[in-house]
Amino acid sequence: MVASAETEEPVAQRQSGLTRVVKAIGLLRESPVGMIGAGIVLAWVIAAILAPVLAPFDPNATIMPFQRPGAVDPASGATFWLGTDKIGRDILSRIIYGGRRVLIYGPIATVAAYAVGIIMGLAAGYFRGWWDAVLSRVSDIVLSFPIFVLYVIVISTFGASGLNIVLAIIFASAPGIMRIVRGLTLDLRNRDYVAASQTRGESALYIMFVEILPNARGPLIVDACLRLGYVTITIGTLGFLGLGLPPPDPDWGGMVNESRALAPAFPHMIVYPCLAISSLVLGLNLLADGLREIAIRD
Amino acid sequence: MLIFLAKRLGYLLFTMVVVSMLVFLVLELDPSNVAQKVLGPYSNDEQRQLWMEANGYLEPLPIRYASWLGNFMIGDFGMSTRFKVPVVDILLPRLGNTGLLALGVLLVMVPLSLLLGVLAGMKEGSVQDRTISVFSIATTSIPEFASGVFLVAIFVLWLKLLPGVSNMIGGFDIAQMVLPVAALVLYGFGYITRMTRASMAEVMQTHYIRTAILKGVPHRQVILKHALRNALIAPFTVIMLQINWLLSGVIVIEYLFAYKGFGSLLLEAALNKDIFVIEACTMVAVLVAVGTQTLADIGYMYLNPRIRFS
Repeated sequence: MVASAETEEPVAQRQSGLTRVVKAIGLLRESPVGMIGAGIVLAWVIAAILAPVLAPFDPNATIMPFQRPGAVDPASGATFWLGTDKIGRDILSRIIYGGRRVLIYGPIATVAAYAVGIIMGLAAGYFRGWWDAVLSRVSDIVLSFPIFVLYVIVISTFGASGLNIVLAIIFASAPGIMRIVRGLTLDLRNRDYVAASQTRGESALYIMFVEILPNARGPLIVDACLRLGYVTITIGTLGFLGLGLPPPDPDWGGMVNESRALAPAFPHMIVYPCLAISSLVLGLNLLADGLREIAIRD
Repeated sequence: MLIFLAKRLGYLLFTMVVVSMLVFLVLELDPSNVAQKVLGPYSNDEQRQLWMEANGYLEPLPIRYASWLGNFMIGDFGMSTRFKVPVVDILLPRLGNTGLLALGVLLVMVPLSLLLGVLAGMKEGSVQDRTISVFSIATTSIPEFASGVFLVAIFVLWLKLLPGVSNMIGGFDIAQMVLPVAALVLYGFGYITRMTRASMAEVMQTHYIRTAILKGVPHRQVILKHALRNALIAPFTVIMLQINWLLSGVIVIEYLFAYKGFGSLLLEAALNKDIFVIEACTMVAVLVAVGTQTLADIGYMYLNPRIRFS
């Protein structure tokens, strides 16, 4: 009896988890704003996956400089739909591949920041006492930095590489996530099911990750969506400041920075990358708003 | 009350000390690195050694930190390696310029976002509410550099109404302030609007508002006299905390518009490894950020009697 109950329990949980996801997607259809957001994000994800098929040119190849949108490449007969930049690379192809880069680094940085923030938050909220005091103080101090002041110092000191940018984002974002998780944990740790598993003699790790964390996921999913948007802004802005992902691979913020001086004569060089990043972040924020609406209604 | 104030000030001091340690460790842990940054990449080992000896960089780390902190307290931030003048001489005018920019932003952003927030929160779920909410999400989704680029594309390149560079070379010019202020307001007002809306919506559901409506007080008076005063407590804190965000925003916007402010100074210093300028800028930025947080806490307590003595 006991054995069968134990084997059945996770299966039942998984099913309810799956049905909830299906239900959430169904509910999202009731929020037009959320649907628009999901559509924009999905379009960028598809563009990033299909980049080699969709991009008309090699994003790093020098073809013809200073072409305006709609000009035709005489060699291949293909059109530069969004023009070319000062060293003759096709802007549309660079935007598509730039989306790929942002959609790789953004989620990696966000997920890693969440991993750190969740562990810190669970520890602070569940153990309280010293853990809480130390972790909260550390978070307060990191959060008291104006965030880009922090990024500028850290990245200019340690160098602009993909890894350093991800590490800087983890360092700056984990404290904020920790605060949210801590708050949720402080509330959830007093529930009956936590007391039940404590009585059963489950380990602290089991209670934190199996009992508390899954029940805190609602607010965390909404926050993750917003935070992914903010991380996208961060990566773009660092690129714009000349502290971003290293060239020559395309980076939306970096594209704006490279062509800034030429903007009066060739506005297309800076306007399209800005539209690209703004639309992706808008999609993520609208999706988060739709998810929040559903969460409130539930 | 006094205990609370002392606690807040003690916390401010504690944060500043920890931050100063972090800044010192990140930038000055390795003295030969400092010597290289000060003397330039073409200096040789002997020159660096002499410089380190002359400037006390051969002392152990805690002593170096203590003397560095001591100099900092009396306003001696060292010399800028790039401009060859004391850091204070560059920092102060730059801070003044950024203060002016920030003042402009707050003067436009605060009334605008409070008004929109109250309008949206008055009737939760109405068309007016949804429109304002989606609009504020949209503007918050556009990074500062992108909204700056869009504004430049529209008002400078297309309509040719405003200057696209704000370096104030020919003296102060109000026209050059318009676009930097507008770009920062566009990105920042959405957050305050949403917070005001949430606070207003909450107040509108309280019993005393319902009582006021039911006893026939005119709608206008309910909003202005009963709701507004309580709804504006939360946004006050949010506005103070926006100063922290503004310190980030000015880096981007001052760089974009070549505005000679604090943010562009920090970025320039970071890109050129102008180490003492970086240190001074960081400490000032954190002092301003933590200082406004402290003021926000004190102000919140002053405004909200319910938490004053708890």
